[in-house]
Amino acid sequence: MSAAGGGRLRLDIPRALVCCALTVALSACEREARRFDETAAKSVPAEPVRLSPLQPGGATPAPQMRNRAEDNAYAVSQGQRLFTAFNCVGCHAHGGGSIGPALMDDKWIYGQEPRNVYASIVQGRPNGMPSFSGKIPEAQVWQIVAYVRSMAGYLGSAAAPSRTDSMSAAGPEATRDPQPPRQTSTPQP
Amino acid sequence: MSARLNFASSVLAALSGVAYGAPFQNALLPAGVQADHVHTLWLIMLGTCTVVFIALFTAFVAALWRAPRSTEETPPQTSRTTGTERGATRAVALGAALSIAGLLGLLVASVVTDRALAGLPLKDGLVIEVNGQQWWWQVTYAPGDPSRTFETANELHIPVGRPVLLKLQSPDVIHSFWVPNLAPKKDLIPGRTLTLTLRADTPGVYRGQCAEFCGYQHAKMAFLVIAEEPAQYEQWAQSQHDSAKEPADAVRKRGRQVFMESPCVMCHAIQGTRANARTGPDLTHVASRMTLAAGTLPNTRGHLAGWITNPQQVKPGANMPAVTLPADDLQALLTYLESLK
Repeated sequence: MSAAGGGRLRLDIPRALVCCALTVALSACEREARRFDETAAKSVPAEPVRLSPLQPGGATPAPQMRNRAEDNAYAVSQGQRLFTAFNCVGCHAHGGGSIGPALMDDKWIYGQEPRNVYASIVQGRPNGMPSFSGKIPEAQVWQIVAYVRSMAGYLGSAAAPSRTDSMSAAGPEATRDPQPPRQTSTPQP
Repeated sequence: MSARLNFASSVLAALSGVAYGAPFQNALLPAGVQADHVHTLWLIMLGTCTVVFIALFTAFVAALWRAPRSTEETPPQTSRTTGTERGATRAVALGAALSIAGLLGLLVASVVTDRALAGLPLKDGLVIEVNGQQWWWQVTYAPGDPSRTFETANELHIPVGRPVLLKLQSPDVIHSFWVPNLAPKKDLIPGRTLTLTLRADTPGVYRGQCAEFCGYQHAKMAFLVIAEEPAQYEQWAQSQHDSAKEPADAVRKRGRQVFMESPCVMCHAIQGTRANARTGPDLTHVASRMTLAAGTLPNTRGHLAGWITNPQQVKPGANMPAVTLPADDLQALLTYLESLK
């Protein structure tokens, strides 16, 4: 082999390493996994949701939980499909709200954490939000939760839809900035 | 079509039939006028290409045979040829002329077939709307006439001898509607309505298949076309138009209750009940159909139970979620669904 060829070979090693690292990183990426075999459990929240911030001896922070669907582009797009199929759009429109509250803004009556949104869907809420308890398999509720949160910009742009399925002045979900949540009215138990 | 061609085509059909199980799906055995046109064109192309193949092969063998060979006495000829070879020029000119004539002939045959396909008289035609979606076929009869319209899935019944106008639509991605025995393919393009005309001339059950790759379960997106006598068709259409019967006994009543209380009701409709979602197939007369899950499973109680409790095993990626039910409830639900003839 000539000296020039050897020099080129030495140059290629770091590039090859970068390629390998990228391949490993991308193949481990959660974004594209399609978990079709998730068995449907009864749709009940894993733990009760607090409807009051008051607690004796000062508030203890609620335990953190992670919605697996929020890292997964397929799950979020399924949530987007179900949001229309189950007629969430009938009241919330495509996030802008009509007779139901808007979901893409910073106002959250019952909380914006995945667990809170899950509870609102499964339990229903006074003044019109129906309870979908037992009617939607648990995995699908989590998909809808992921999509609802994507509308207010809480999901990473890797997983949130980069193309809206409807006319929207706000642009696709992946491009939205997170809206700092604020409580706007007292939750009614 | 000559008798010899007919014989050749039936031999080919029999050979290709070995590869297909029932139900019947075979482009070489046309059962309707449109498929007949396509089949004739196919035979013309097959005949032309066979002649070309034999002629070329014969010329090739003859050239090898006639090539000058060197022996011990005659050394190999290595001198360069100069000037034009008149024989070769003639042969190339003849070959080019024949190729152009053959291709032009095929072009004319293709255009004539296309005109014949477009020329099917549609007087007194039956209009059916077909919505191909991931991964099943929604079929609406008499669209736009609320007093006569009804919906079914993955199964078209058509009367023999009457032209049918299919309006093809897709709400998600591109699919393609193909019943080889009855008509050529036609794509379903989102946002557009395309039409396909056909007429079945021989009664029978013909299998159709999505012919444009459309995602994970493209292969399991089949349907059946049942061509039957007009009187039989009218009877079927009348029974499909009726709402679902009231459950006759306590088990079926319980089954209907299970349906309404479980995730089934979020996507499926049963006319005559409060279930009227339109995301999944209409189940008003589900028991009258021959297959489940778009031609994937035969419609039996056991397959239905498997499909409800674990659809992702049968058809991974389908939009039907697994529904877990207590054994008694599942049996009641199955009994109820089986009664929806």
